[in-house]
Amino acid sequence: MSSETKQILTTDGIPLEVSLKKAEKKNKIKAFLLVAPLLLFLVITYIFPIGDMFMRSVDDRMVTNMLPKTFKAMEKWENLDELPPEEVYRGFYEDYKLLAENQQHGKLGQRLNKEKNGFNTITKKLFRQIKRKKIDESASLKEQINKLHKRWRDVEYWQAIKRTAPPYTASKYLKGMDMYFAADGSIAQVDEDRRIHRILWLRTLEIAFFVTLFCFFMGYPIAHLLATLPMKYSNLLMICVLLPFWTSLLVRTASWMILLQQQGIVNDFFVMIGLVADDNRPEMMYNKVGTYVAMTQILLPFMVLPLYSVMKTISPSLMRAGKSLGGTPFVAFWKVYFPLTIPGIGAGCLLVFILAIGYYITPALVGGASGTLISNQIAFHMKTTLDWSFASAMGLMLLTGVLVIYWIYNKLVGVDNIKLG
Amino acid sequence: MSKNPEFVKFDKVDKSYDGKVLVVKDLQLDIAEGEFITMLGPSGSGKTTCLMMLAGFETPTHGEILLDGNIISNIPPHKRGIGMVFQNYALFPHMTVYENLAFPLRVRKVEKDEIDKKVDKALSMVSLSGFETRMPAQLSGGQQQRVAVARALVFDPAVVLMDEPLGALDKNLRESMQYEIKHIHESIGVTVVYVTHDQSEALTMSNRIAVFNDGKVQQLSNPAELYEKPVNSFVAEFIGENNTFNGEVVDIAKDKCKVKLANSEILANPISVKSKGEKTTVSLRPERALINPTDKMDNMFTGKIEEVIYHGDHTRVRLNLLGSSEFILKVPNSTSNLELKVSQDINIGWNSVDARALDPK
Repeated sequence: MSSETKQILTTDGIPLEVSLKKAEKKNKIKAFLLVAPLLLFLVITYIFPIGDMFMRSVDDRMVTNMLPKTFKAMEKWENLDELPPEEVYRGFYEDYKLLAENQQHGKLGQRLNKEKNGFNTITKKLFRQIKRKKIDESASLKEQINKLHKRWRDVEYWQAIKRTAPPYTASKYLKGMDMYFAADGSIAQVDEDRRIHRILWLRTLEIAFFVTLFCFFMGYPIAHLLATLPMKYSNLLMICVLLPFWTSLLVRTASWMILLQQQGIVNDFFVMIGLVADDNRPEMMYNKVGTYVAMTQILLPFMVLPLYSVMKTISPSLMRAGKSLGGTPFVAFWKVYFPLTIPGIGAGCLLVFILAIGYYITPALVGGASGTLISNQIAFHMKTTLDWSFASAMGLMLLTGVLVIYWIYNKLVGVDNIKLG
Repeated sequence: MSKNPEFVKFDKVDKSYDGKVLVVKDLQLDIAEGEFITMLGPSGSGKTTCLMMLAGFETPTHGEILLDGNIISNIPPHKRGIGMVFQNYALFPHMTVYENLAFPLRVRKVEKDEIDKKVDKALSMVSLSGFETRMPAQLSGGQQQRVAVARALVFDPAVVLMDEPLGALDKNLRESMQYEIKHIHESIGVTVVYVTHDQSEALTMSNRIAVFNDGKVQQLSNPAELYEKPVNSFVAEFIGENNTFNGEVVDIAKDKCKVKLANSEILANPISVKSKGEKTTVSLRPERALINPTDKMDNMFTGKIEEVIYHGDHTRVRLNLLGSSEFILKVPNSTSNLELKVSQDINIGWNSVDARALDPK
């Protein structure tokens, strides 16, 4: 056969491919228009906010915009261990004067103070001098400013100003991992007793992992029962599984609080059967135990449903075949049934893990100090400290973490092996 | 080696699922070693239940099942050593063909070399050598079926059960598979218990057929006898085609009886009628009635052709005869064929031996 493939023409002489494309074009446009609203919705509610979050988390343009002349002059500052040249002082003076006229100087002071402690005092001092017109603009500004306060003569303060020059910074991300940019621009670790974020990250991973594990061990038998029971019983059981979905999350968490508190029903029961002494009731709430119990119960349906949908498709004759071929019930289960449920296990575990890693309300209510997760920290910065850029940075780190887990899962099991329903 | 005529024995087996209805009633059935026995019956007749009890997936409500003289009612399925081919093959979809076949050997802790040998042998038996690494989903229906058969045989079971294994195949493939399974049975001599509702399948393949209806074995005999000599009207109706006349016995001798129909009388062979006055259904195979018979026959009537249907190898003629317009004739396609036209009157004759007077329907 010749390697050349003859172009196929339709009866009116147009190449078949062209004709086919033409015929399908209309349908393609129609299909696109049908999904367009959803696409638009996704872009507006998903892509934009994430993009905005990212911008917020790295945005550091405030100082850049406030001190344009300073940073321009700083380009000529070569020996960073010595005080900057006269041009830098002049640029800083002119920028600061302009800010003082626009009543913006306070913000700069606060921002620089965050970079290095002590800035607020010395910028205020400079402000007073400018206001009283005590500064002679024709003479050397370097000498005059240096005279105002000894800190102006300290090169570290000028280095701190220079560090704020880039319009974008990764410092929030470092802070999220308990690290920061040291004075010389290198990355340093926060003191050991102040590393709160790393503990939270690890605890979030730990709790998400164990909640997933508990959900799996509890959900697998339930799903199996659901898939094998006769219809009239399985429907009832299905309602029991789904009932939590129809109840408000807050109500469910609150009912766990009623059950788990020290004078709660579970403790009463333990005392009644003599498991624990009345004056030695265990704490089951405001710690990890409460978070584990409540989150496992709340996330259980997300494990059961994908497992159920996969198990429903496994023909009962496969287990029978396994047994009739000589496998004990356990071998038949382990070699035949279990491998076939892996797509459901993957989907369920991934779903529960991803939901658990970002869980907020339940740990906030029953977690106490040792049971809160990274999402509670994000909420804290959103609502209390109003450090939105830090909250954004941590949110994005969480998102990245989830994507990494997804990627690992894809490498290990394969995403095409997931079956959600 | 003498063959055990009671290799598998159902001894007075009853089975009920709900405690109200018996699906299997007082089943007494002996299956000889090396025999190919088919359980044939309409759906709901209890045949699959019998198979499941033999495999161990259902327990008899009453009675015992014996395998080679041992009671097996309390032995779990995996210890019975009975191979089974399921209705939808039940191949393990996550295993290759090789792994599927190796499964029963691996759970028996057979050596790797031995497994390879046996799998090879089993695959060549169903002419699927070279398919070891395929997944079941990559096989056609017929190939999956062969793998399922090979898997049920690979561990040399004493008995192989087949539960409507050809149900999902198309007609041509089903026929060729019927011969293939029959040949495998003949070459390795394993005892096969086969369940089907397809009577032609049963007739083609089996040594003996047990016709099930309503939880009972209606007749247990070899295919020829089953077709030629049905013992009751259910079997006559279920196996092959059948012309029936309902009437009452008016006279009875040793091998002949006179049956009065609505407005005529015919001579028949008394099978299950004993005395005068009994109601009866007379069954006559369509091919036993001849047109314009040359020999003397003791039943001779004239009928009117209602319909002629051409079937290629034969022509079916529907007649209005003796007050019934459902009388079917099968006329073989031969060169000396008569002109058959609708509303033509023709002479029909048959011997009273072939008209079996059975229980009334």
